[in-house]
Amino acid sequence: MSAVVLDHIQKWYGKEKTIALKEVSLEVEEGELFGLIGPDGAGKSSIFRILTTLILPDGGKASVLGKDVVDAYKFIRESVGYMPGRFSLYQDLTVEENLHFFATVFGTTIEENYDLIKDIYVFLEPFKHRPAGKLSGGMKQKLALCCALIHQPKVLFLDEPTTGVDPVSRKEFWDMLKRLKSKNITVLVSTPYMDEAGMCDRVALIHQGKILAIDSPEGISKAYPFDLYEVKSDKISVTLNQLRKHISVKSCYSFGDVLHVSFEKGFTAINEVLDAITIDHLEVKKIEAGVEDSFMAYMTN
Amino acid sequence: MKRLLSFVKKEFKHVMRDRKTLLILFGMPVVQILIFGFALSNEIKESGIVVLDNSHSETSRKFIEKVSSGHYFEVENLIDDNAELENSFKEGKVKLALVIPNHFEERVLAGEPSNLQVVVDASDPNTATVLTNYIAAISRDFQMQMSQLPVTPQLIQPEVRMLYNPQLKGAPNFVPGVMALVLMLICVMMTAVSIVREKETGTMEILLVSPFHPFMVIMAKAIPYMFISLLNVTTILLLSVWVLDLPINGSILLLYAESSLFIAASLAIGIFISIKTSSQQVAMLISLMGMMLPTILFSGFMFPIENMPLPLQVISNIIPAKWFYIIVKSIMIKGLGFSYIWKETLILFGMTLFFFLISLKNFKIRLS
Repeated sequence: MSAVVLDHIQKWYGKEKTIALKEVSLEVEEGELFGLIGPDGAGKSSIFRILTTLILPDGGKASVLGKDVVDAYKFIRESVGYMPGRFSLYQDLTVEENLHFFATVFGTTIEENYDLIKDIYVFLEPFKHRPAGKLSGGMKQKLALCCALIHQPKVLFLDEPTTGVDPVSRKEFWDMLKRLKSKNITVLVSTPYMDEAGMCDRVALIHQGKILAIDSPEGISKAYPFDLYEVKSDKISVTLNQLRKHISVKSCYSFGDVLHVSFEKGFTAINEVLDAITIDHLEVKKIEAGVEDSFMAYMTN
Repeated sequence: MKRLLSFVKKEFKHVMRDRKTLLILFGMPVVQILIFGFALSNEIKESGIVVLDNSHSETSRKFIEKVSSGHYFEVENLIDDNAELENSFKEGKVKLALVIPNHFEERVLAGEPSNLQVVVDASDPNTATVLTNYIAAISRDFQMQMSQLPVTPQLIQPEVRMLYNPQLKGAPNFVPGVMALVLMLICVMMTAVSIVREKETGTMEILLVSPFHPFMVIMAKAIPYMFISLLNVTTILLLSVWVLDLPINGSILLLYAESSLFIAASLAIGIFISIKTSSQQVAMLISLMGMMLPTILFSGFMFPIENMPLPLQVISNIIPAKWFYIIVKSIMIKGLGFSYIWKETLILFGMTLFFFLISLKNFKIRLS
């Protein structure tokens, strides 16, 4: 049985009926670490809120643990853990008090499920008497994860848990999620960072309320339809503009301090293209496409 | 039950850790009682007056002495003509002027009617009426003392007995009023903000995705303020007994029971506001404008309801503070028992139930 099913889910907001989700369908298997990857405003939070029964879909069906999100909202609210995109714990309560409160709300105790949060809670232990509002960004996220886990949920929904968190804490956070997999908890996580896609078992690329692709990160990368080259240049913006104007170039994007340039598969006349560029000292090498390259390719299609 | 307890504990912590709000919560009743008790008094004491004595006689001097001997009037000045009289009023130093006529002595001694002109600053009509009544009483008294003739036997002598408040003090009137006002303000405003705050900070989003019941949230939000408000009732009662010398004539237990009911009604209103609004500012504004003003206007402790036009009298019935004010006055001042206030109690109970039920019904189990 799939832990989470979305079947042609539609959602629009406001009087103008601004479309938030267009016929979104996806399935998450039990025990899977599934990533929703897409930029801000892609509709990730709307999906989370529909699955956590916080908002009603305007079309289509969705179920969590086999139960309908509209009819069986009470069951779902007891069985899932949810960490919203915005830090939403009680800032004036201490770390320990927050955890204790959420444990009792779900009718359990910290001791009962300590095993589950132990790995994360060790980071928080030294600060357990500190008000949650005075924690650093990374600590806040860890506490929020603890609070979402304390009742041993079968499915965990994490809406952009690593946004605004430093790289080290991000890495720690993903390691924790991977460990949760071993406890057979299904995790649905969203992120705007493409480089985090590789941490997931499978990902769905989402843009403007539409699913672009669903596959494993490797599958997504492999599905890249072009040959990809990395170009290094001293004058990156000039090079970018000239490459984009060239007729053989399918696409050209800057990735930090390098350019990713794509050509039709099997294109060989790459040197001719580079000769046409007026900038000297270009370093070129063929590379494998990543998730972000695929995302760009899907977006323009 | 354990969930509710933990919820209540959490709410208590929110309240206790917010020092500024806590200060307001416990400071407000003390300040209000002291302000109303000592600064804002409508009792009249030592009003400044001027006297234009045209009689210049033994009797007129005695009369002036009598007027100023009580603690109601203080003769600021003896003046010589009408122009000066007018100036004293214009300067605003005096509230009242006495003009004693030429043949005052002869007439008084002969027991003949004599005109005493009383000029009053009536810009505040209530004060003016009270002052003229005092003067009238003093002059009647004076005439009886001075008159050689025996008191006419057929004269009607009203024997006045001031029930419940023989010294005509202000406290019996305002203490119940302040109690109603303070409890209303604290309960409505604090609870109005409390649920909206969870919506604003996003904690409501997590709470919703948990097996809690709206009933639990409402109770958890209400209970801490119930305790705080009962503490405030105690403060007000202690202050009024020890500082304002106002004894509690009726049953203290009944007074507390009725206060709890009124607190519950106010909390229910606050929670309803909280559920219906989406920001703390709006909730605060509604509870201030929608609750404080009507409470002051329509509870009857500042402006007597009987004197209002009929439509306003009808409106006053929907103000919970009005009923509580009647109840507290009945218990505290008149010393009456439950059998005299069951109707008011029933009305308050109905209001509480009404707001509680519509709050429960309107509680959003999803994000809007």
